Amino acid sequence: MTVKELAETCNFEILCMPDETREVRGGYAGDLLSWVMGKLDADYAWVTIMSNVNIVAVATLADPACIILSEGVAPDEGVLARAEAQGINLLSANKSTFEVCAKLASVL
Amino acid sequence: MDKVNFHFDIDGDNFTSAGEASVRIKKMLREMGFTPEIIRRVSVAMYEGEINMVIHANGGDADVNVYCDRIEIILSDRGPGIPNIELAMQEGYSTAPDNIRSLGFGAGMGLPNMKRYTDDMTIESEVGKGTTITMTVNV
Repeated sequence: MTVKELAETCNFEILCMPDETREVRGGYAGDLLSWVMGKLDADYAWVTIMSNVNIVAVATLADPACIILSEGVAPDEGVLARAEAQGINLLSANKSTFEVCAKLASVL
Repeated sequence: MDKVNFHFDIDGDNFTSAGEASVRIKKMLREMGFTPEIIRRVSVAMYEGEINMVIHANGGDADVNVYCDRIEIILSDRGPGIPNIELAMQEGYSTAPDNIRSLGFGAGMGLPNMKRYTDDMTIESEVGKGTTITMTVNV
């Protein structure tokens, strides 16, 4: 499933999607960035409540298919522009991390 | 043996730009034709080191030397040094302050990740003088 299909299927809000044909093959949830760096696989959807610009750096290096900000968290100033520039897909969901992960598990 | 060197000054005051050197290395290694796995290991290990230098040492120098059979990352700072390296290597041990933790850092996984993602890692540190970490990823 592509990131665009995932967003539409799960009703996630698209904050920016510079790479909409990116395939999603799994999911991972975590907020401690070093922990995420060690565990997040490439092409996974990364669910987090962290909203600062460092999530873009982590995503650029760990290469997930997208970041999903859960719990209705809004990205900090500058995050969208940085994500767009680095080709990082950024979604948001006004649902708990648990609910987002459950939804991911049901469709992937 | 010939090598290609990339040097970066790591800005110790700027969390917004933290990770930029790692992102640039990732792009350079991709252009040089390394496999995604090698690129991921080098760039993640370097990012962890870069973040450590920003959090603890007010920045420093990063050198990446690309040889035909390995990639060497040398991170050098003039920060406070690591009093107990064995303790610092334990997963979950962190001395990062609360304001840093609120950004999602300070999980105590930085040095363990650097070791995990590289084939060899040596730490030379002197309290009050600084730390130099050398990591090697075989290709």
